[in-house]
Amino acid sequence: MLDQADGYMTADGRQIGPVVMEMKNITLRFGGVEAIKNISFDIREGEVRAIIGPNGAGKSSMLNVISGFYVPQDGQVLYKGVQRPQMRPYQVAQQGIARTFQNIALFEGMSVLDNVMTGRLTHMKTGMFSQALWKGRAEKEETANREVAERIIDFLEIQAIRKTPVARLPYGLKKRVELARALAAEPSLLLLDEPMAGMNVEEKEDMSRFILSMNDEFGTTIALIEHDMGVVMDLSDRVVVMDYGKKIGDGTPDEVRNNQAVIDAYLGVAHDE
Amino acid sequence: MSKTLDGAGGLVSVPALLNRNATQFGSAPAYREKEFGIWQSWTWSQTNEEIEALALGFLDLGVAEGDFIAVIGRNRPYLYWSMMAAQMVGAVPVPLYQDASAEEMAYTMSHCGARFVIAGDQEQVDKVMEIQGELTEFEAMIYLDPRGLRKYDSAKLTQYSAVQEAGRSKRAALEPKMKARIAKLNYDSTCVMLYTSGTTGKPKGVVLSNRNVIETAKSSSEFDDLRQTDDILAYLPMAWVGDFIFSVGQALWCGFCTNCPESADTMHTDLREIGPTYYFAPPRVFENQLTNVMIRMEDASPMKKRLFDYFMGVARKVGPSILDGNPVSLIDRINYQLGEFAIYGPLKNTLGFSRVRVGYTAGEAIGPEIFDFYRSLGINLKQLYGQTEATVFITAQPDGEVRSDTVGVTCPGVELKIAENGEVFYRSPGVFVEYYKNAESTADTKDTEGWVATGDAGFIEESSGHLRIIDRAKDVGQTGNGHMFAPKYVENKLKFFPNILETVVFGNGKPYCTAFVNIDLTAVGNWAERNNIAYASYQELAGHPEVLSTIQSHVEEVNASVAQDAMLSDCQVHRFVVLHKQLDADDGELTRTQKVRRRIIEEKFSDIINAMYDGSDTISTTTEVTYEDGRKGAISATLDIRDAAVQTVGAKIAAQ
Repeated sequence: MLDQADGYMTADGRQIGPVVMEMKNITLRFGGVEAIKNISFDIREGEVRAIIGPNGAGKSSMLNVISGFYVPQDGQVLYKGVQRPQMRPYQVAQQGIARTFQNIALFEGMSVLDNVMTGRLTHMKTGMFSQALWKGRAEKEETANREVAERIIDFLEIQAIRKTPVARLPYGLKKRVELARALAAEPSLLLLDEPMAGMNVEEKEDMSRFILSMNDEFGTTIALIEHDMGVVMDLSDRVVVMDYGKKIGDGTPDEVRNNQAVIDAYLGVAHDE
Repeated sequence: MSKTLDGAGGLVSVPALLNRNATQFGSAPAYREKEFGIWQSWTWSQTNEEIEALALGFLDLGVAEGDFIAVIGRNRPYLYWSMMAAQMVGAVPVPLYQDASAEEMAYTMSHCGARFVIAGDQEQVDKVMEIQGELTEFEAMIYLDPRGLRKYDSAKLTQYSAVQEAGRSKRAALEPKMKARIAKLNYDSTCVMLYTSGTTGKPKGVVLSNRNVIETAKSSSEFDDLRQTDDILAYLPMAWVGDFIFSVGQALWCGFCTNCPESADTMHTDLREIGPTYYFAPPRVFENQLTNVMIRMEDASPMKKRLFDYFMGVARKVGPSILDGNPVSLIDRINYQLGEFAIYGPLKNTLGFSRVRVGYTAGEAIGPEIFDFYRSLGINLKQLYGQTEATVFITAQPDGEVRSDTVGVTCPGVELKIAENGEVFYRSPGVFVEYYKNAESTADTKDTEGWVATGDAGFIEESSGHLRIIDRAKDVGQTGNGHMFAPKYVENKLKFFPNILETVVFGNGKPYCTAFVNIDLTAVGNWAERNNIAYASYQELAGHPEVLSTIQSHVEEVNASVAQDAMLSDCQVHRFVVLHKQLDADDGELTRTQKVRRRIIEEKFSDIINAMYDGSDTISTTTEVTYEDGRKGAISATLDIRDAAVQTVGAKIAAQ
């Protein structure tokens, strides 16, 4: 169904663009363990791409490969059509890739606003000294970046906790702050590692709403890992299914839902009576 | 003040007042709203321009004279402007409660036949979309916040700024038409239509004329010496008559500034940043704030706590007298000044009350301790009594004559009389025109001479001339022994305990009185935390034996106090139940203004009520609940019924 060159139109009428990131025959080993076995798939501009699978399927490893944290032993990672060299995390951020973590990784002692502002770091040009003096260009730059941060705070409806230290926040809100920080980087590709883990139904609904409107409002390309099948099927345009490090399905939520291999992986294989 | 403001007369409509403010106080701030972390502000002349652009846009959309325009969303300058723009083109604004469910909105919107809707955000747009099939007159919707609406494909949807843009670009062609419509407005034109919260039955549309609104705004502003330089915080529902009078009526009359919070959650921070000089809140808000202060003081260091306790003692003793201008000894005065420096000043600052010159509470009775707490800090908190049909003001407490158990003297221009059954009647320039499309109810409420029945029972205290309200007239009944039964009187006493959020007392025609109690999750939850009591839900905490014992002691204390009143001593609560769920407007148990709906509660929980009268000690019950998104579920529980000690009527209670 996919036209390699130009993308496609989603059921709800969004135009999906060309391939942004392409994974070609990726294999990742930790010693003797093969976490990812010869997997290929792509992520297209403007789409919500999900990676799902049972525990230990290799989803997080896959995300770490995409983010450049792990370097696969075999295969190629093409970002915007260029083979990606080995990079430091900050270089990845400079390329426009931002992420959130399964186990929240925020600066606990800092306020929400300051945490969100750290997401703007890659957009700041002035040096440490002029920032410390806070004169001229540095001041202007901070004001401009603060505005971006405030728009994201407004967008994610966390105004009421703007000045609250992150350590004092409940789990669900911390997840939202982490999302805000990632979004503040204005990424062209946003990676979400289990954004709904440990949330109640209401928090999940909120988070889904934010993910969808982020994609809609800012046109952010999103790749997410998630356990909750219902959520994934509602949110994503295309889904990769992994099991024991192998890709067992790839397609629209409907295609995946009816894929026998996927059903077997999730529900187990029925025995003959 | 009115001398300087009411120069030409001729101020007979909202557009006329707006025009005066734009000319006279053109560069003074009219509206502020916190957005993106900064207070954005608009002067009166900018406000006037914004409203005119929108009004012209309305004309472009084809708004006709007499059309109803529903306005729904949280308090934002843009929505206040929508109401004024509607008035500019001769249409009638109908603000609706933003937390109303789609069905409730379907009723009010089809009742008035609203042709246009101004919706604050996606949530409100969704609700209107859901019910548009039922709305035969509905034509177009204007939305404010475009978030999430990009994909909505409807010819009926227009963005607010686009309407204004259209208005601005066609100004030359449409302006004469707008001017002609403004010129036609007079004192008897309809200013606004507000739906009552519907404590009983369906909401009724109260039609208020320019005369009602402007006369009331004028006399009440004079009563409290409101000034052009005042600031208010607009955070109460826009559909409520009070907000309309404060944020539109009085704001236009005086020309003061209306400040809108960033979101409902940031209200307290915004309150603190703005520091309003004129402030209104229902008792519930004051109660919550006091509870929060007390909880935080519990966790404070011993030194701070001792300082707080000492100076609050001083404040309780002399604070109210100093506020009322009564003589106080020099030592007390010095002590109070020290307290102001060390405790009261910082506390008022934290609460956002540093600049409050006039503060009001109304809607429900306020606990004397709560009321005195604020007054002792030097905050001029007063009570007023009013209703939608009176354009708010019936009675209010003048400065220097403030007490927690009365609602004050009649406002300027208001006449009062008490009927034989105790019901309070009033007549004033603020008396509403009619209930829309409901001549029968209008006739029931307002007689030919213009006297309006309040539905409340009360009396005028001889010593002070102040009005005292006992209860809703229709709720006042008789107990099985033939004594007077006034449930609200007892409920209010119970609710003054921080642990009790809501309560409903039964006993009309019954052998004795019983009560339902809702605990306050903040106060009781904090107590549980401090005592290492783990709980997973409201239901579990509400059923904890120690909680029940605490509530029982509160009930018994109230019984002792009720017994002292010879007239109402039979209203003591013999048995009570702490309910397994919080009474909620989503389940129809409360109105949107958080008042209990007795009949519905009686029906819904009839099994529990029966159990309280047949002597059972426990009752198993299942209750249907509605979640915020409209889905329904059920919770079941086994509730303990507790007996409370009662005082023999006439017995001395000195032992307590």
